[in-house]
Order: sequence, then structure tokens, then C-alpha cells
Amino acid sequence: MALSKDEVLAGLAEIVSEETDIDTAEVTLEKSFTDDLDIDSLSMMTIVTLAEEKFDVRIPDEKVKDLVTVGDAVDFIAAA
Amino acid sequence: MNVVVTGLGTTSPLGGDVASTWEAALAGRSGVRTLENDWAEQYGVPVTFAGQLVVPPSEVLSRPETKRMDPSAQMAIVAAREAWADAGLAEAEVDPERLGSIVSSGIGGVWTLLTAWDTVKERGASRVLPLTVPMLMPNSPTAYVSLEFKARAGAHAPVSACASGAEAIGMGFEMIQSGRADIVICGGTEAAIHPLPISAFAAMQALSKRNDDPQGASRPYDVSRDGFVLGEGAGVVVLESEEHAKARGARVYASLLGLGMTADAHHIAAPEPNGAGQTRAMELALERAGLTTADVAHVNAHATSTPVGDMIEARGIRSLLGSHADQVLLSATKSMTGHLLGGAGALESVFTVKALETRTAPPTINVTEPDPELQVDLVRDTPRALPEGQIAAINNSFGFGGHNVALVFGV
Repeated sequence: MALSKDEVLAGLAEIVSEETDIDTAEVTLEKSFTDDLDIDSLSMMTIVTLAEEKFDVRIPDEKVKDLVTVGDAVDFIAAA
Repeated sequence: MNVVVTGLGTTSPLGGDVASTWEAALAGRSGVRTLENDWAEQYGVPVTFAGQLVVPPSEVLSRPETKRMDPSAQMAIVAAREAWADAGLAEAEVDPERLGSIVSSGIGGVWTLLTAWDTVKERGASRVLPLTVPMLMPNSPTAYVSLEFKARAGAHAPVSACASGAEAIGMGFEMIQSGRADIVICGGTEAAIHPLPISAFAAMQALSKRNDDPQGASRPYDVSRDGFVLGEGAGVVVLESEEHAKARGARVYASLLGLGMTADAHHIAAPEPNGAGQTRAMELALERAGLTTADVAHVNAHATSTPVGDMIEARGIRSLLGSHADQVLLSATKSMTGHLLGGAGALESVFTVKALETRTAPPTINVTEPDPELQVDLVRDTPRALPEGQIAAINNSFGFGGHNVALVFGV
């Protein structure tokens, strides 16, 4: 079942918020995970693992480095 | 170099901080309850009660903190924050390179480990979270304490089963005495109320099976004692060189005067029947403190409520103190808290320091018929006053593996 980008963003924002205490409203498409949201690599891998389960997708380890912004992740998950 | 206690912290089956825990202890309340789960039905776990925290860490920590730390580390952080603030260190200038962290756990991140294994079995290896290793490692609590307070003189986690928390405090004493640090945040933590550890301790016949009377189950020295009651929580003390504490005008609760550590080398789980190693630990601690047995006014016993262990320790105390034992007030606070394993020696150090500070020995509950062999003045049901003047108190902790730790505090 394909999800809309808005649905993916909402779901991803929930995961990020749970892991970091950043308000879901702050998790917007243009934000960089590392530079804007201050998410370290282990937290990023945690978010990826939780997102794979939530959206029933597979995000290969080598793909994670390309997911610089929240928008990159939303695009990848929505297209998967 | 003299070492003093300047801060205390805990989260325990009696309360979410030192004040509420101490108040409940003086009131003789039990922190033991029937567990609200169906482990007995689901897995046949034979013991259905434990000493659970009054205030779960999730009520005081942020959501990410509870996700990044095993419950054992969460409890340690709660207690360490209280101790840190209590010592007035939040407002003080502390040199990170002269600050140490020694917080132990007897078992480590058992919830994290076993939950991750469930994940592997039920949902596959790819669902295992990346923080699993830093959460389950037994040095995780001390590492998080070091991170939080920037303790860079060293972060350690000595492991000696139920003596771990006391050993951590003993190592903190030595870290200051050896000149490695001015301040050490030390203590112990345990979060092992999980069906596996309960089943395993029960398999050793170590646990009380009074499922119909949880609050009466931990009854050290009582003739009908039938094993210990598992508890959870953390205790943390801030140790500081006297010089450093004086220079910053810190409030001093008590001095940590002596430490005795020995090993039985007798059996992997059973204590040596004559208690020679335990008694020698107490002797060494008094000797190092430069005290004689006549200075001892109070003992917080290890006394876990096991049929064999309690009396080995009590006989050792009697043989060490001789007739002076009649003037020593003995408290077994596990009667109220249950046994916090790696957290026990630390919580009981908090109790020992509070007892000296307030000149009040906390009660031992549930002793309806004391073991006829007991030849020490046991404080039963209500607190009793300790004498004025210079007094010392011993806190004993012993662990599976034959570890014996005695700490001597004084005021």
C-alpha cells in the first residue's frame, strides 16, 4: 500500500520526535538530519530501523548516507 | 587523605528520592508488592512479587532518555542527578579531570539484552536497534553518569554480584585516596525484575516463595525466613576529599573512614560457612579506619533473609565485636526494600549515612520470632536512637562469587 508523502512525513516526524524529543512540527522536509536536527549516526540508524518497520520498507545501509534531509528520506520511503 | 560524603541520591522501592525513601524506612514500610503481570501464568515463574520502584524513571526522564538507556542506567541517572544536586555541585565549579564516576550493576542491561533477543526471534535480525550494545553493557550506567557530569578522571564499573554497589563506593574511596580524583560519583543500580532472573534465582532456591504475603516475605533473622526478595533501584553517593569539600564550603554528611574487601575462594555461590572472609572484611575496614570495635555503634547488615546467609554474617559480627555487640544497633533494611543486588550496597550506604547524620538506626520489619542464635541488638519495627559523640557504622555487602565488602562510615 503506497503512502502519500504527507503520511510518510507525519510518521517519520513521530519516530524522530520519540527518539530525540524534537517537536514533530520541527521535522520538515528541508531539515538536515545531522546539521539541523543534530541526529548522530547511531540515532540515525535507530530511526532508519524504526522507519523500516513502520513503513514496511527496506532501506539498505549504503543508502542511508544519501538520506541527508528529511525530504530525502520521505521521497525514498514513499517511492519504495 | 580523608574522604567525606557530600551528596546522596536514590530511587528505590520505598521512594523516588532520598527523603521519601528514608521516611518510608523509618516508618517501617515495605516496598514489596505483587507484580502486575501474568508471568506466573505465562511462563510458570514461581515467584510473583518484588520490590519495584515507586517512581518509574519514565516519570522523571525525557522520552529519548528512556529509549537510549537500559532501565538500570535510567535508575542510576535519576539517583546521580539527585546526589549531584544534593552535593551542591550543580552550582560549583568542578574540574572534569578531577571528577570520577564509579556506578556498578550486578547483572547489567538484562532487559535490553533479552528484549533484543526476542526481537531477533520474532521479527528478524534487521529489527535489532543500533543502540542495543551501549544499552546492555554493564558499564553503561557509569558511562552515562560520566557523560552527564563530564567525569573525565575515569569511569569504572566493578562487578561483584550483590557486592557491586559497595565495591563501587570502596573504589571511589581509593580513587580519591590515591590522588586520581577530588570527587567521585559512585554507587550501584539494578533493574532485573524480569521473568528470567526471577526464574534463575528461584532455581537456586535463593528467593522467598511467600506469594500470598509479599510484604512479609523479606524477614531477615526471623526463624521462618525462606529466601530473599528481588528489588530494583539505584543508590548514589558523592564522595569527595575532605580538603576539596571544605574549600568549596560543602555540607558534609559523614566521613567514609575505612574499606575492607576480601574474597572467600570457597564456592561460586554459597558463603563460607564460618564467615571468615566476611569477618576479615569488617576487621580490615576498621583497621584502615584507625578504629576499634568499641567505636562501632551501628551495622547495616547485608542480611538478605536467606536461611543460611543471615546467621553466618550475624555470627561474624558477634565474634568480631564480642560483648560490645550488645551495644551495637543492627539494621536489616532489605526487610523493607527487598534485595537490589548490585544496587543494594549503595542504597544501604545511603541508609548508613542517613542513620549517622540523624543518629537514628532504621528498623528491621517482619521479625516476629528472631533466630534464637542471634546475639546482636536487632532494631525491630521502630527506629532507635544512636548515641551522641563520635560514632562509626559498618555497611556490609556480600556477593555470589565470594565477594565481601565492608565500608566504615563515621560522624
